[in-house]
Amino acid sequence: MSDLDTRERVLQGTAPGEGLAIELIGDGDLVTADMSLSIGPAHPATHGVFRIVFEMDGERIVRARPVIGYMHRGFEKLAEHRDYRQIMALVNRHDWLSGFANELGVALAVEQMLEMEVPERAQWIRMLMAEWNRVLNHLMFIGSYALELGAITPMFYAFREREDIQHLLEAATGGRLHFTYNQVGGVKIDLPAGFLRESERLVGVMRQRMPDYFDLVHGNEIFRGRTVNVGPLPVDVATSIGVTGPALQATGLAEDARVTEPYLQYDKVEVEVPVGANGDAFDRFDVLLRRIVASIDVIDQIHGHIGAGPVNQKLPKMVKAPEGWTYVRTENPLGQLGYWLESDGGRTPWRLKMRTPSFSNVQAIPYLVEGQLLADAISILGSVFFVVGDIDR
Amino acid sequence: MGVMDQVELPKPIKYVFNWGRKYSLWCFNFGLACCAIEFIAASTSRHDFIRHGVIPFAHGPRQADLLVVSGTLTDKMAPAVKRLYDEMPEPKYVISFGSCSNCGGPYWDSYSVTKGVDQVIPVDVYVPGCPPRPEALLDGIMRLQDRIQNESLPERIAERRRDPANVGAEAGLALDPHAVHTAAPVLGPTGGDA
Repeated sequence: MSDLDTRERVLQGTAPGEGLAIELIGDGDLVTADMSLSIGPAHPATHGVFRIVFEMDGERIVRARPVIGYMHRGFEKLAEHRDYRQIMALVNRHDWLSGFANELGVALAVEQMLEMEVPERAQWIRMLMAEWNRVLNHLMFIGSYALELGAITPMFYAFREREDIQHLLEAATGGRLHFTYNQVGGVKIDLPAGFLRESERLVGVMRQRMPDYFDLVHGNEIFRGRTVNVGPLPVDVATSIGVTGPALQATGLAEDARVTEPYLQYDKVEVEVPVGANGDAFDRFDVLLRRIVASIDVIDQIHGHIGAGPVNQKLPKMVKAPEGWTYVRTENPLGQLGYWLESDGGRTPWRLKMRTPSFSNVQAIPYLVEGQLLADAISILGSVFFVVGDIDR
Repeated sequence: MGVMDQVELPKPIKYVFNWGRKYSLWCFNFGLACCAIEFIAASTSRHDFIRHGVIPFAHGPRQADLLVVSGTLTDKMAPAVKRLYDEMPEPKYVISFGSCSNCGGPYWDSYSVTKGVDQVIPVDVYVPGCPPRPEALLDGIMRLQDRIQNESLPERIAERRRDPANVGAEAGLALDPHAVHTAAPVLGPTGGDA
């Protein structure tokens, strides 16, 4: 009798000579304990301090529970203690990849309450900046999503473009991430000389470089293998959760506030809204890439519209919104951003409620990852594009 | 650390030893908020701090020499930072990157933000800005490298052992993460405004 037999007998609980009692365990009868696996709050694949607790059955996720609040900085409360000029420097930080778009929402809300007419040139400049900001944001996610799936190179490509665009925006605003360029009634200062020429040149550069991304990431066999048919999100689930932005457009619904409810001068330009087919991780990424192309087309149209004129309004020493409330929704790079602003007539808002796209989008994560393999969860987490500061505020 | 932390090396050997250490800083990025984006910008092609010998590919705190805390530290997050810091082997260095981790920054009056990472862990170099430019991080790294070049390792380790904030970590005890770190930082804010 070999050692192996002895060991098996001990395991089976039979005595030598009795013969092996091998019992086949049917599928699903094996009792295992669920394992709780905590990813984050400091995990490279969550880009930020997002924490998610998985309950695992082997490699499969049974339940997922996002734990948020690690980046809660109390924006809504702080906004009640800042005047309308200071709020601009505060709100552009909650979604740190789309600083300009955040300021824009608050500026529009205050102007709506004051019933203030913004000069046309200021509106076009705002649109130009908002679209460049959208390109900046999407480039970051293209780089980081590929990084999470194990490819470092796209990050370097994305940052090559990002540095060029940041250099352009810095010339006008003085900021690389947080522009603080909006103010109530327009923008802070006029564009510097040569800005539009440089912007037009950059449009050409971006158009030339976009095929690189489609070739590098889009056509990559490994990338497709990890994303196609992974984490599909049906359109009815997406709308019931409140998912907006690229994650919603990937499901096939062309919902975009710039088109369905135009603000600024968006009704005068043609905005293409790319949509996906079945809302899987690949579609979400694909929509993000095509949104860059669409934004660049919009920027190109804006160049022809920027006319001469003032860029802001003369403001009183202290801006005071009249008593009442308003709600403004804008299309942030990651989805719909809403600001609900209530004023009691004082110099600070009485309440500033934020409806941030990332917060709503991450609600879809438990639906997407439950029943999936752990390896796919990383690919799904990255594909529901979110910024942690935008979740936690 | 073996004998390195007990024996003062002869000057020429110490020079070469410190020179080797300062140009192979395996860096663990504790990316918390906006500043993490500028940290990434500093690591990619245009600014590229790998040419200064900072390697941002440490797989975790246990393989890291340098911890860069970039972004807003909240009270909920603070215990995690303390824990990761305690996991790093000596000699370890900390760069506080950005106003939030220096002092709370624009959230100085927030109810949930820790007013500076130096309340939790000792900091070697402070980089000011909101967020600082990548050039500012490069400046901070170069100042840290100057420090490493001129320091005596036994003295640094001995100083660490005397520091009450590190006693528990050495003994493997759980620390109160909210305990205020009392030792004064050795190098003040760099003031390197880029």
